[in-house]
Amino acid sequence: MLEIRDLHAAVDGTPILKGISLTVNAGEVHAVMGPNGSGKSTLAQVLAGHPAYEITSGEILYQGENLAEMDAEVRAQAGVFLAFQYPVEIPGVSNAYFLRAAYNAKLKAQGLDEVDPMEFLDLVEEQLKLVDMDPAMLHRSVNAGFSGGEKKRNEILQMAVLKPTLAILDETDSGLDIDALRIVANGVNALRRPENATIVVTHYQRLLNYIVPDHVHVLAGGRIVKSGGKELALELEARGYDWLLEAVA
Amino acid sequence: MSTTILAPQLLEQATASASAAAPEALRTQRAAGAREFERLGLPTTKVEDWHYTSVASLADTKFVPMTGNATDLTIEQLAPYRFSTSWPTLVFVNGVHAPSLSNIGELPDGIRVMPLAQAVSELGDVVARQLGSYAPADRDGFTALNASFLGEGAVVHVAKEMVIDMPVHLLFVTTDHGVGGMQHPRVLLVAERHAKASVIESWVGLTDGVYFSNPVTEVLVEDGATLNHLKVQREGRNAFHVGTIEARQGRDSHYVSFCFSTGAQLSRSNVYTVLDGEGCGTTLNGLTMLDGEQHGDVQTRIEHAKPQCFSRQIYKSVLDDTSHGVFNGKVFVQSIAQQTDGKQTNNTLLLSKTAQVDAKPQLEIFADDVKCTHGATVGQIDRNSLFYMKSRGIDEDTSRQLLTYAFAADVLETIENETIRDELERVSRRRFTSSAD
Repeated sequence: MLEIRDLHAAVDGTPILKGISLTVNAGEVHAVMGPNGSGKSTLAQVLAGHPAYEITSGEILYQGENLAEMDAEVRAQAGVFLAFQYPVEIPGVSNAYFLRAAYNAKLKAQGLDEVDPMEFLDLVEEQLKLVDMDPAMLHRSVNAGFSGGEKKRNEILQMAVLKPTLAILDETDSGLDIDALRIVANGVNALRRPENATIVVTHYQRLLNYIVPDHVHVLAGGRIVKSGGKELALELEARGYDWLLEAVA
Repeated sequence: MSTTILAPQLLEQATASASAAAPEALRTQRAAGAREFERLGLPTTKVEDWHYTSVASLADTKFVPMTGNATDLTIEQLAPYRFSTSWPTLVFVNGVHAPSLSNIGELPDGIRVMPLAQAVSELGDVVARQLGSYAPADRDGFTALNASFLGEGAVVHVAKEMVIDMPVHLLFVTTDHGVGGMQHPRVLLVAERHAKASVIESWVGLTDGVYFSNPVTEVLVEDGATLNHLKVQREGRNAFHVGTIEARQGRDSHYVSFCFSTGAQLSRSNVYTVLDGEGCGTTLNGLTMLDGEQHGDVQTRIEHAKPQCFSRQIYKSVLDDTSHGVFNGKVFVQSIAQQTDGKQTNNTLLLSKTAQVDAKPQLEIFADDVKCTHGATVGQIDRNSLFYMKSRGIDEDTSRQLLTYAFAADVLETIENETIRDELERVSRRRFTSSAD
């Protein structure tokens, strides 16, 4: 589904990713771990198409197509979804309006009819239960005044509505207490399908107790320095990152 | 450098108007207007209040008084500007009242909605005495010019304790027949003691030609009365619009003004009120949306003349292309006006690198026990918000529209009447539909 080949990327001329290769198949969950500044959030942003990040060499194939040539909105319409580490507040745009605009954009890209507000509310009501969200949140401005946990749950709600083929969770666990973490993880697990894939970007192993990965990759200095199974995450939790960094130094 | 543009062509027209046949009550005021216009002329940018807005091109253009030809206008063409066809509506076409397009309906006793000429002939001195008392001809050149043409316009008079729920709509339309013309309507709005009313003044241009609207609205809100006053300026793209609203408020009254401006090549809206009774308050809000080479200037002046009054202002502007917005908000607090509570907010969203805004809050406080705040911000569409929306599949244009609308939404939400609010929200959403970066 996703094939990253020797990817180099820079922000403001500073190289951040220095040769990443990664293959993600349908049905798989990949965890990307690493210390602060290792480039894991950059990888997530590059995949979603943030304009501040420049791909300097290498390629990203998504379902056989060159992802780098697609605008962010086209990627989203094609099934790529990034759950933001810091979801953006948009005062003045209601959550319901925003979600429906996103949902309809995807339908339109697929050549399907758009849904009206009533149809959409029926549809979204089901998904609200998944993340234990109060329907009243739909009528509040997007993320405005939401607590950290509410923002992350709102990201998963968007994911549930948009049903992405490739979901990238960027430090979705950061700042969550254990209850919120469980809700978010349960939501993600409920959305897993054999035809979908998930990349979980995280600093801590804790989230991986709830979203169990098939593969774990450790990023350091803009490269994948080690890959393994889920047991690698446990090893990192026990030993920290230093032993790996020393090994590659 | 001089502070005055003489505008001889306008002066000639003003003098001719002052010596033309007119009802006695108006003739005196016209003469005073022409005299004051001769003295005041039009302001140059050396005048502090006109520093960011040059009317030189207006003064250079020859205009003739509009004559009211409405033959190219049907009632269907007005529909998009009516808000509701069931509201009492006075329509003016090319500067003159058009009875066939107007619809007053049945009004309860005590509520009068009529063209100015009719009010002068039926009510005589009652009206004549009020004209010019809130917006005197010696105020500035534009008001003087308006006075010299006194005759067209409207009167809305709500007797004490009367409440009218339906907004009264005064709709001023200019068509191709009005091109090259000028109009100087005078509107008088009176809400007597404990009355409550709502009035919309609309300025609509159905032509791309050049014309000049120079309305003056005088407002009296007596003790305990509430007046909602909405000005919707959708003049033609090449029009000049200089409008002045001057209000005077009694004890415990509330004057609520909303100024919605999207039209004209050059527009200036003055909203002035005097808080002249204890415990009264004013809410002056507005939204300006400009693009192309439009220039839009909003000036407010709130004079706190009595204790324990409040004033609230929220003005927002959305500026695209090479448009230029100006906001100048003055708050005067007289020494007697203790416990004044004033708040002013001015926010601008620039949609292009070449759009420009000049914002100037001006507080002059002579009392020592007051609470007055002001704040101004200028920003652009937030890149992170834009990426966030695009990452959800929403295309660039739609994302920009949504974010632009979101910026304007909270000030539009202050409009009490749902029909008006919904319609102006719709207009705002569409305003920048085809906007490119």
